[in-house]
Amino acid sequence: MTDKKNVLVVDDDIDLLEQVSFVLASEGYRVIKAQGQKEGEEALLTTIPDLAVLDLMMENMDSGFVLCHHVKRLYPETPVILLTAVKAATGLDFHPQSEEAASWVKADVVMDKPVRPEQLKAEARRLLKL
Amino acid sequence: MHETLHLLVVDDELGMRLSIERALKAYATSFEDIEVDVDFRITTADSGEAALEAAAKDPPQIILLDYKLPGMSGLDVLQALMEARTEALIVMITAYASLETAVQATKIGAFDFLAKPFTPIEVKAAVHKTAKHYMIQAQARKLAGERRQIRFEFLSVLAHELKSPLAAVEGNLRILRDHAAGDAIGAYDHLLDRSILRLDGMRKLILDLLDLTRIESGQKQRSLVEADVCAAATQSLETFQSLAAERNVNLLFCPPGKVWLKADPGELEMMFNNLISNAIKYNHEGGSVTVEVEDGPEEVRVAVHDTGIGIGKEDLAKLFGEFSRIRNEKTRNILGSGLGLSILRRLASLYGGKVEVQSEPDRGSTFTVTLRK
Repeated sequence: MTDKKNVLVVDDDIDLLEQVSFVLASEGYRVIKAQGQKEGEEALLTTIPDLAVLDLMMENMDSGFVLCHHVKRLYPETPVILLTAVKAATGLDFHPQSEEAASWVKADVVMDKPVRPEQLKAEARRLLKL
Repeated sequence: MHETLHLLVVDDELGMRLSIERALKAYATSFEDIEVDVDFRITTADSGEAALEAAAKDPPQIILLDYKLPGMSGLDVLQALMEARTEALIVMITAYASLETAVQATKIGAFDFLAKPFTPIEVKAAVHKTAKHYMIQAQARKLAGERRQIRFEFLSVLAHELKSPLAAVEGNLRILRDHAAGDAIGAYDHLLDRSILRLDGMRKLILDLLDLTRIESGQKQRSLVEADVCAAATQSLETFQSLAAERNVNLLFCPPGKVWLKADPGELEMMFNNLISNAIKYNHEGGSVTVEVEDGPEEVRVAVHDTGIGIGKEDLAKLFGEFSRIRNEKTRNILGSGLGLSILRRLASLYGGKVEVQSEPDRGSTFTVTLRK
């Protein structure tokens, strides 16, 4: 198949990286894995992802935001799913509450971890307009 | 540090306000023990009502409050300020120093008294004492705030560190439950191995955390005995023999005989366990770990040298922070709690000692701990 969609998955936790990649690969996407913000940035130079799935807290607390910003700057059309365990970890709610906050975060979808595979698959299909 | 404190003078007599202002206008004082210089910005109010209004708009740090005021009395003003939870320290000015008044005002929350008539020197002395108390209180408040912040950050990171392995194991179990990788059981071996590894890491984190809090709180029962440092090293090396074999790392130690130190054997073991497990974990395949114990007249020096990945200059500074694991391509698949070195440094300080590190990237690191006898 030549029209396989490229999905970039970035997580610094190798097990979670594998799990998310596994879920998406089972949907027939071509998964590009990157372990951490730096590798994610490098991957962006060589691949144009059709979708990016990024963990929020990696090397730094805000690695996911930074990477999300890079994705949107390089490929404005690429939708981004941001995965966060922040709410459960700190009790803080990081979901963009207002229009303004949403435009600042720039991610198309923010999903709480642990991610349910069916939900991830559904969001991916929706964002890729499949 | 320099501070300008706002001092509010409340008195209905113009002459009294002016004389206090004159006494304090050019007054500056310094508290050497807390390293603060203080001068004053003086404002005045001619009634209790005016004072409360002024204090709400421009909160003072010190208030000189006349007891006998027209309208609202000094005590009423004092009461109202306390109810408004003022930060200010209040000095009551009383014409007739009656014990009853003093007791009443103290109960409400006055800090000090100044009896009329007073000399400029007496005003300055009272203000000096009050300002010092205020500055010490302010510093304590600031410190408590910083501590709360550090504690909050620590707990946030800790929660994240504890949740990561849970999430990893949970994800693996879901894949297993859904038979998502097919029906052959062998397809799940790797996921199961990883899950066990992550749970091990989590247990280690919890144990480290308990060690750390026990040392921090000073509640760990220490039993100081004459202990042989070399025996502790040998025991710890035995503990890690199988881990070293797994990584094909050679453990080397030539004890120089018995080295006695008045120490808690549990603490010595904790120290060696941290040093040796790090030296194995961050080593290269086929590398070695060398332990040295040296007996000196005043201190015992322990050095653990490895031939591992080393630590970059830029990372050395953050090495001893809590949860500050150095994250790069070389370390990211090595499990660790991020607390080991923090524990090590605290342990060493219990013995008036210190931890030093020398390192060269890709050549190895040497951690040296000195323990005072």
